[in-house]
Amino acid sequence: MVDWTDAEKSTISAVWGKVDINEVGPLALARVLIVYPWTQRYFGSFGDVSTPAAIMGNPKVAAHGKVVCGALDKAVKNMGNILATYKSLSETHANKLFVDPENFRVLADVLTIVVAAKFGASFTPEIQATWQKFMKVVVAAMGSRYF
Amino acid sequence: MSLTAKDKKMVKAFWAKVAGKAEDIGCDALSRMLVVYPQTKTYFSHWKDLSPGSAPVRKHGGTIMGGIGLAVASIDDISAGLLALSELHAFQLRVDPANFKILSHNILVVLAVMFPNEFNPEAHVAMDKFLAAVGRALSEKYR
Repeated sequence: MVDWTDAEKSTISAVWGKVDINEVGPLALARVLIVYPWTQRYFGSFGDVSTPAAIMGNPKVAAHGKVVCGALDKAVKNMGNILATYKSLSETHANKLFVDPENFRVLADVLTIVVAAKFGASFTPEIQATWQKFMKVVVAAMGSRYF
Repeated sequence: MSLTAKDKKMVKAFWAKVAGKAEDIGCDALSRMLVVYPQTKTYFSHWKDLSPGSAPVRKHGGTIMGGIGLAVASIDDISAGLLALSELHAFQLRVDPANFKILSHNILVVLAVMFPNEFNPEAHVAMDKFLAAVGRALSEKYR
């Protein structure tokens, strides 16, 4: 389905290896909720998300950020088979959580920005290209069970 | 999604911090766009060198950031401020407006790379809204 060169696979693993899921997950999800406030529609039970400070300090947001990044870890470890790996997650988001798949694109863009901020200039254009290819595949897999 | 007074204040304050590096920002953003979204190279078939940081890329990055600076200065009426640029893009360059979003994303990535502390979530939302407004203003004359 998706062709990964050896260079791409090792780039993704190297980038992901330097990412602390427990740090980046919360940062990325908080940023999504702040930059795209309508995404808060999915998190009514999370408590106070009324200000950026409240969102950044919200423990449920942080916990869920870690869950989301944890799922990305599965994709990194199954790069040859992301579509199958995410089949049931996609179904859950479509049929139980009713999440607009546009949100996967939004999260992918914000995650790219958070990773860029962590890495600085070492997040070169070439690494960004490979990382965004990976994000594109993940987003497509997450959207694959929406009918 | 129009710019609130708070957004405009944030954009002007953030721009004041980063404007000194405008050419670097433009060069890096354009470089990334050409590598990460190779279909955008179709607009630059007349350049000798499309590689990251090349002379034409740097020069054009600076030109683009000049437009961004103009938009900041015209933030109370971006459409009016960018009228000539909109006509340029509509009638001469005819860049598909979808590409404004692509370049905006890469500008945000570069801001994160170069200014990780200043480019906090509040700055991010203001700049994202601002760049979207710039894209809309540039698209105005298309049809």
